[in-house]
Amino acid sequence: MGALLTSIQLLYGALAAYGCGAAASLLATRGQWGRLGSLGFPLCGALLGIAASLSSLLQGSVHIAGAASGIPLLDYTLRLDPLSALFCLALSILACAISIYSFGYMADLEPRKFAILAFFYNVLLLSLTLVFTASNVFFFLIVWEVMAGSAYCLVSFDHHKEETRQAGILFLLMSHAGTALLLVGFLALATATGSLDFAAFHHAGARLPELQGSALLLLFLIGFGVKAGIIPVHIWLPAAHPVAPSNISALMSGILIKTGIYGIVRVFFDFFDVVPVWTGTLVLVVGVTSALLGVLYALMEHDLKRLLAYHSIENIGIILIGLGSALLFQAFGHPNLAALALVAALYHTLNHALFKGLLFLGAGSVLHRAHTRNMEEMGGLIRCMPFTAFAFLIGAVAISGLPPLNGFVSEWLTYQALLAGFGATSSLVRVMFPVTGALLALTAALAAACFVKAFGIAFLALPRSREAAEAREASGSMRAGMGVLVAACFALGLGATWIVPLFDAITQQALGVRVSSALITADGWSLIAGGARAGAVSTAAMAAALVLLAPIPALLALGWRRSAARTVGPTWDCGLPGLTAANEYTATAFSKPLRMVFSALYQPRREIQADFEVSPYYPTAIRFESEIQPTFEKRFYDPLLAGILRVAARMRAIQAGSVHAYLAYIFVALILLLLFGVRA
Amino acid sequence: MTAWLFPALTQMALIMAIAPLTGGVMKTLKARLQTRRGPGVLQPYRDLYKLVRKGMVRPDTASWLFPAAPYVLFLSALLAGLMIPMVAADAPLSLFGGVLAVVYLLGLGRFFLALGGLDTGSSFGGLGSSREMTISALAEPAMMLAIFTVAIGVGSTNLSVVAHTALGQSWRFFAPSQMLAFAALLIVLIAETGRIPVDNPATHLELTMIHEAMILEYSGPYLALIEWGAWIKQLILMTLLVNTFFPFGLSPGWAVGSGLLVSLAWYLLKLLLLSGVIVVIETTNAKMRLFRVPELLSVAFVLGALALVSTFLFAA
Repeated sequence: MGALLTSIQLLYGALAAYGCGAAASLLATRGQWGRLGSLGFPLCGALLGIAASLSSLLQGSVHIAGAASGIPLLDYTLRLDPLSALFCLALSILACAISIYSFGYMADLEPRKFAILAFFYNVLLLSLTLVFTASNVFFFLIVWEVMAGSAYCLVSFDHHKEETRQAGILFLLMSHAGTALLLVGFLALATATGSLDFAAFHHAGARLPELQGSALLLLFLIGFGVKAGIIPVHIWLPAAHPVAPSNISALMSGILIKTGIYGIVRVFFDFFDVVPVWTGTLVLVVGVTSALLGVLYALMEHDLKRLLAYHSIENIGIILIGLGSALLFQAFGHPNLAALALVAALYHTLNHALFKGLLFLGAGSVLHRAHTRNMEEMGGLIRCMPFTAFAFLIGAVAISGLPPLNGFVSEWLTYQALLAGFGATSSLVRVMFPVTGALLALTAALAAACFVKAFGIAFLALPRSREAAEAREASGSMRAGMGVLVAACFALGLGATWIVPLFDAITQQALGVRVSSALITADGWSLIAGGARAGAVSTAAMAAALVLLAPIPALLALGWRRSAARTVGPTWDCGLPGLTAANEYTATAFSKPLRMVFSALYQPRREIQADFEVSPYYPTAIRFESEIQPTFEKRFYDPLLAGILRVAARMRAIQAGSVHAYLAYIFVALILLLLFGVRA
Repeated sequence: MTAWLFPALTQMALIMAIAPLTGGVMKTLKARLQTRRGPGVLQPYRDLYKLVRKGMVRPDTASWLFPAAPYVLFLSALLAGLMIPMVAADAPLSLFGGVLAVVYLLGLGRFFLALGGLDTGSSFGGLGSSREMTISALAEPAMMLAIFTVAIGVGSTNLSVVAHTALGQSWRFFAPSQMLAFAALLIVLIAETGRIPVDNPATHLELTMIHEAMILEYSGPYLALIEWGAWIKQLILMTLLVNTFFPFGLSPGWAVGSGLLVSLAWYLLKLLLLSGVIVVIETTNAKMRLFRVPELLSVAFVLGALALVSTFLFAA
């Protein structure tokens, strides 16, 4: 395909398809063809996007195209380089699965609502593609805002609920605060280089005075960090992702937050060359904090979609651990190690887009059929929704970093980068690497515990509500959409040695080295981290061995005596008869030990109220309430909000509502600007 | 082909054969320390034989995950067992994955077993799953720090390289980093294999069970697979401990000859000694309350961190 059409032509095709999809969705109220087009076009666009990004990644070439706008300072410049292509690839695979899924998911929406959802879905896809490829400061900021705006409209889709409206506003506010920081950062770079083109920014940061450069890095880290959902600027994420329609949650958690990662990589590795040690250290610390706190908060969630949203914070943290190590290695002058860490981070970015998309689609199917996000009302769904359960299980194994799926590969690469870090420098910073590794291990193990809870409570045992008992399997297209991502999780896990070379073009561009030949053994089966003696791993061989060994337990245990009676009976439960759903362990109970162990963080509060008539030992009703302290909201954002309100109250004095006063302000501002302009 | 087939098959047979024996030896040693006769070291084999011939009951609340869990547990443990150096420094499948793969494969088995516990709907199953996942999560950072200490010293996570390096140089167990890492891993071993003071493998008192609660509903051949898988996991962790820190007698390769037999004898002796140590710890301690366990594990974490720092301080 690359031979017939250039990557940039394919990219234009994808953009045009998303545009057509948006147009078609406006016609969706008129009948079936509009509906078909509004999801069929993005599907085509996604396929074109996959082709465009793959051909760019394989060729390692940079394509530039665009048009002048006629407006000063703004050019519609598109640049598809390997880094953009990787993010486009993740976006396109996910968009492909979500578009297929949406056929079924959106089928029973009324026409007007369908049209709105499909329109903003297409606009979001269009703007996301442009965010990853725009190469002019103002063009980038415009599509960045279009992205935020369309995401806001999608988050607020169910705007008749108070919770949804609040989440939408919070998202918009934080997103704008982040954009303001980005604007300052970009303008500073533009002033320093005298150009607004990203190509001119290449390594421009290195020429800035040190203090200014450091300030800019911090601005960009926070500005992009808001979108990525790093702690402490994460609070919009667990609010906004759950309330959006589930196909949109998948897109937001899978790829929208990755625009922040894209921005950080673009700025730190492209615009800046070698960043100071403190920056890498800061990114590493932010990464560890986000990963650990993200998973700890996820453990306490019983809202399936909020739980997944917190896991997005955790995974962004894991990605940042890789990026931070890469920055540090570069600062210490080890481009090969930096490339290893960068590959780990980007591999995890791709993986997270896939398995988180899959999990949200699974949660969406549950919400669609069982009409609840609360895990305590689910249970037993594996019987009535077998495929959804299987897909969710695959996603859960992948996100827990268990072999042989894709999450394990990127976590393994991250561990190897951290291990190599100890020898990379003699400064005290090196102790950070193994400690980070230990905390990453804690994070991964807690994530596994959390997904045992999520899957076990939601899908296994007896249904805890009538709705869960009567749930039906998701429709064919929804299963197909999840199936695409299940296949992708397997492909990226088992085919690790074919995926790693894709990153060569990116490390070549960012760091000037290619590492895939050093990362893959000669026979192409195993990944190996630096040198013949280093650690090796082969997910494909592991999977093959698991299959090959399978007859052993089967023969030993079950083939021994064919006549061994296999009966189905009631659960024994230590002899207690009459097991009901009320006897089952709940999600709250499951996470109780961790709530006690980490009580310093959660500061849990609980209240038990028992009503009784005769004696307290025979209660007639018990009410139990347990909640954990939202530390960041309480300690950081509440004072901030109070401060802003205080300042606003003072400022009200100059905003008296008198038109004369306003005219005077405008006049004074005009004079001052004119004076300033003439003087300059 | 034969170059790896012989080691792989031999090691597989050895693991499956020795794992129940280790369990039996520990039970007997413990009984002797408590001045009981004990059931004899061969009892686990008899138990397995008995279990595979029995019928099994599957709870009507359970799904396909319930019977799948024992398979995943057994298979992942067996595969992990092929990745560690046992009687020879060359692990049969060392290119399939190093120590990280071993840890994560054991994690895969635990993940499915915990789901199996929840699948029955019994509150004991959920209780066991919840506690097992909590304790293993808290043990993980200590384990990883100790592993990192060893891996940094060698420059590799490949266990065969670790074993060869340990064989090549003089024995340096008394280096602070090694001793501290050993202590950390010993605590992790006790926690991961569910032994006193963390969990009591002999208890069936409902509220104190952890591992046993999770597998309460399993019977017959499924139970046999789980027991066997758990013994294999215990053997893997013990083997890691003895061969990494006490590499005596380890044959470098798989050349058939008396070298392998001597190596096997050494290996069994080391296992016996380590079993003795674990049994003494079990006999002289009482089981801890569940919420004291995190404290023990933080001791392991601190030991691991100290091991790491001493690598940094006493770098040769």
